[in-house]
Amino acid sequence: MEKNGRRGFMGKAFGAVAAVGAVGSLVAMKKSWDPLPSVKAAGFTTLDMTAYKAGELVTEKWRGKPIFVLKKTPEMVAKQNEDDKARDIVVNGEHFMVAIGLCTHLGCIPAYYPEDEDFVCACHGGKFDFAGMVTKVPPPRGLDIPPFRIDGNKLVLGEIGPEYEKMKENGVTL
Amino acid sequence: MAHFEKATSVKDWLNQRLAIEKVEKVMASEYWIPKNINFLWAMGMVLMITFILLLVSGIFLLMYYQPNVATAFDSVNYTIMREVGFGWLWRHIHGVAASVVFLIIYIHMFTGIYYGSYKKGREMIWISGMLLFITFSAEAFSGYMLPWGQMSYWAGMVITNIFSLGGLHLDGLVEWLRGDYVPAQAFLNRFFMLHVLLLPLAILGLIGLHFAALRIPHVNNQDGEEIDFDAEAQKYLAGDKKGSKVMRFANDFMSKDMMVVGIYLIFFFYLVFYHYNFAMDPVNFDPADGLKTPAHIYPEWYFLWSYEILRPFSVNIGLIAFGFAQVIFVLLPFLDRSPNAVPANRRGAFGIWFWLLLIDMIVLTAMGKLPPEGAFSTIGLVAALAFIALWIALPFITAKEKKL
Ligand code: HEM
Ligand code: FES
Repeated sequence: MEKNGRRGFMGKAFGAVAAVGAVGSLVAMKKSWDPLPSVKAAGFTTLDMTAYKAGELVTEKWRGKPIFVLKKTPEMVAKQNEDDKARDIVVNGEHFMVAIGLCTHLGCIPAYYPEDEDFVCACHGGKFDFAGMVTKVPPPRGLDIPPFRIDGNKLVLGEIGPEYEKMKENGVTL
Repeated sequence: MAHFEKATSVKDWLNQRLAIEKVEKVMASEYWIPKNINFLWAMGMVLMITFILLLVSGIFLLMYYQPNVATAFDSVNYTIMREVGFGWLWRHIHGVAASVVFLIIYIHMFTGIYYGSYKKGREMIWISGMLLFITFSAEAFSGYMLPWGQMSYWAGMVITNIFSLGGLHLDGLVEWLRGDYVPAQAFLNRFFMLHVLLLPLAILGLIGLHFAALRIPHVNNQDGEEIDFDAEAQKYLAGDKKGSKVMRFANDFMSKDMMVVGIYLIFFFYLVFYHYNFAMDPVNFDPADGLKTPAHIYPEWYFLWSYEILRPFSVNIGLIAFGFAQVIFVLLPFLDRSPNAVPANRRGAFGIWFWLLLIDMIVLTAMGKLPPEGAFSTIGLVAALAFIALWIALPFITAKEKKL
């Protein structure tokens, strides 16, 4: 009896030590899978917004992701609905669509069709209008807008400006 | 210390130390197999052989492959394919085997479903088998990343995005899995580790579990007959080999197994030498480019049916349907409420259910390959709904089944 008690104690003591070790190693393993600091710090992209031609889609790059930039033509600006307007980025009086060029469904790059003024995702058939708003499922929402700050004629991606903050609060982007 | 005597032969020497005779009996000559089975029971052995082919060809590929985003593509498409003597052979064996293994797994699974080999004590065989299926899927996917072509990159992007779980927006989890915002060096390196070490280890362990699960219930037979293995073995050992319903695993059953394996290997190497292209997607011969999606992204054929279940729905419903498709097969032993462990053709409604499920999965596979437009979308949607409906109906139709 007494012996068993001692064994029981030893078992529990080992269990306690092992549990501490197990939790510790799980933390270490989780951290080892985290993105490296160098990756996290990967930076900011500055776009010169005077360089774009209206109606022509240009793909830039930020954190390895494609960024769509489309300067809207006056006709496009005129026919925008409320959802589209909320997504407008205005730099020096010019209207832009700037969005992460990855489908909000599972991340393919939708293709732009200038004649239809919309984006079609070949992967599962999702569609977006020229302002990046979703028009056909499966994508659950419009194209995401990257954090940005307007700086004169320039747009700094990765920094958070008041216009971006407002979009986030209004649920225009995630 | 145990008592050892001077050995009379090498065999005796080993026997005293390792009991090899006893091991041989337990594992082979007195491991009993029913006589009334057919070639479909050789699929397990065919899978084992295919796994060994994957292992050996993989070891040779590993000697020249470089897990680096700058060099991976060329190390495969140039170094291994053009420079290494017979490098192309290992690559084609590996690619063809990775594809064919799923064909055999599906045959093996549907054999199990048809003959009811997942019930009456065989539940753990089925569950360990499904765990093997899941691990093989992960193994195939991680291997597909390694050549770092366009399909590698975009399949990596799409599949890891599934872990954001739609409306839950777990983007942090996706970035954690990738080790970056997009698939890049950290991603390639960790999938390389999974593919060549962790997942193969898990597969070896699961194969061990699968075989252990077979020992007590033994394999089923094509008449669904409940055999008293001890009594039949006794009969066999007493000399009534004809009257006994069982035979030795080795060499009796093995010889038939290996006959099927031989035919399979001829077919397999015919594919390796003359028809390897089906296992090599042309899109993956373009190097990965994060700024250009291929026109159509589709997975390898063996994932198409579950991919098609994801595709026609909005994102959250699609993910729920997809998750359902992934786990539902595991639950088969518990969803089938009938006590009858006999071939499907003797089970009335269940027999119809079996063929409908098989046809539905073939339709889903075909639609998954076609672009998501017009009539294909509609057929895909109907087939996806039918898949779900079939599984929901299963407990009800099997509960009504008469006991045989
Ligand atoms: C690649 C991995 C696999 C290997 C190496 C393997 C191997 C084997 C072997 C050698 C047998 C005994 C002989 C036979 O009946 O064919 C067997 C039986 C069985 N396996 Fe697998 N198997 C694998 C995957 C699976 C999967 C994915 C399933 C489906 C869930 C499965 C379900 C079964 C069942 C139900 C049996 C019993 C058959 C019966 O009793 O008649 N196995 N397996
Ligand atoms: S990734 Fe665009 S529709 Fe699925």
